[in-house]
Amino acid sequence: MIKDMVPEDIVGDYKETTLELYGIGPRRILYTDIEAPYPDGRLIVSRTDPEGLITHCNKSFVDMSGYTKEELIGVPHSILKHPDIPPVIYKDLWETLKKGNKWQGFIKNLRKDGGYYWVKATVLPNVRNGEVIGYTSVRRKPSRNKIEECITQYPSMF
Amino acid sequence: MPYNFTVSPDFTPDHLSGWYIFNTWLQKALGEAVHLEMYNDFKTQRDAIEAGKVDLIYANPYDASMLVREKGFTALVKPKGESDEATIAVNANNPTKSVEDLEAGVKVAITNDPDVHMMGLIMLEPADLNSANIQLNIRDNYIMVAKDLLRGESDVGIFLAEAFDNLSSVVKNQLRVLVNSQIHVIHHSLMLGPALAAKQEILLQALMDMMEDEKGQGVLKSLGFSGWEPVDQENTEFMIDLMDTLMV
Repeated sequence: MIKDMVPEDIVGDYKETTLELYGIGPRRILYTDIEAPYPDGRLIVSRTDPEGLITHCNKSFVDMSGYTKEELIGVPHSILKHPDIPPVIYKDLWETLKKGNKWQGFIKNLRKDGGYYWVKATVLPNVRNGEVIGYTSVRRKPSRNKIEECITQYPSMF
Repeated sequence: MPYNFTVSPDFTPDHLSGWYIFNTWLQKALGEAVHLEMYNDFKTQRDAIEAGKVDLIYANPYDASMLVREKGFTALVKPKGESDEATIAVNANNPTKSVEDLEAGVKVAITNDPDVHMMGLIMLEPADLNSANIQLNIRDNYIMVAKDLLRGESDVGIFLAEAFDNLSSVVKNQLRVLVNSQIHVIHHSLMLGPALAAKQEILLQALMDMMEDEKGQGVLKSLGFSGWEPVDQENTEFMIDLMDTLMV
């Protein structure tokens, strides 16, 4: 469902690894040390269905991910998963959502070109008539201090 | 007994007479008596909603959740092409170049407009600022926020973007924008209460037809709108979910 990353799409020197994506299987990841700064004043917004497949995304999502909207709709949100984020963070996210609660945290997202961007993410279940019909995720600009804390702490969480 | 209509207190003062003109149009469209009640502040308006004194409201996005999920309101339309955005500005002489240059203890002038308040505080987060480590100077309106910056009583002002744009050029020239939000998906809506539910189709059609005739266009102009866009239930639910993600 998610294509492997290919060298033709990558900008700059890259490292290679394989990520095991939940419910999908292995994905070849090519990633660089190039950070895309989070644009001031913008919100990155997306929605998924209950299985985590992207159903809606706004222009800021498209711009920051480097994919086209057509490439994003219908694919798992884990297309953005970066190898530097410990799996325990995603586990906490899903456990929180499954309990019906809002999750908030700091995430490094992977771009199509192998680069990355940090976000402060908030995700919450969309409940209609008592049933979860999907999830809304909103990302905003994080403070540099918080990013530095994550850069220090996350490697020890693997 | 006439139905009661009200407008979110964050409307642009220039359009006050426009809402009275719109109310006259509304009575004709519905074939019913409608009383327009303008409240001076959000608290008084919320008390009126709580007391069941509001049947139709031009509501801000912050109140949409409560109106839909607790009071059974339905969003009908939003102003065409419009969204709520916030602007953060400083005195032009202030050396601050970006939000990240601001530090704890900064004095922030703001109104009690709840969605602008929320958007503004989100834009201060990259500097590790929040309501606990800044000094909030609550002012009655955005002109007072601008005056606060000009007098040096506050370091930073948070404005509804539309209100900032409507400041006189003399005032604007003495201010400098640090950041404008580009959220695009948060907006005011005209919402119908349960007592008017049976009139939903008639009113929606009349609102859509407004853009087609000369009188309707005149009414829209007096509100500063180019027209209305229909809002379906899922659009509104989505905006409510979005607002929930943003409330800390």
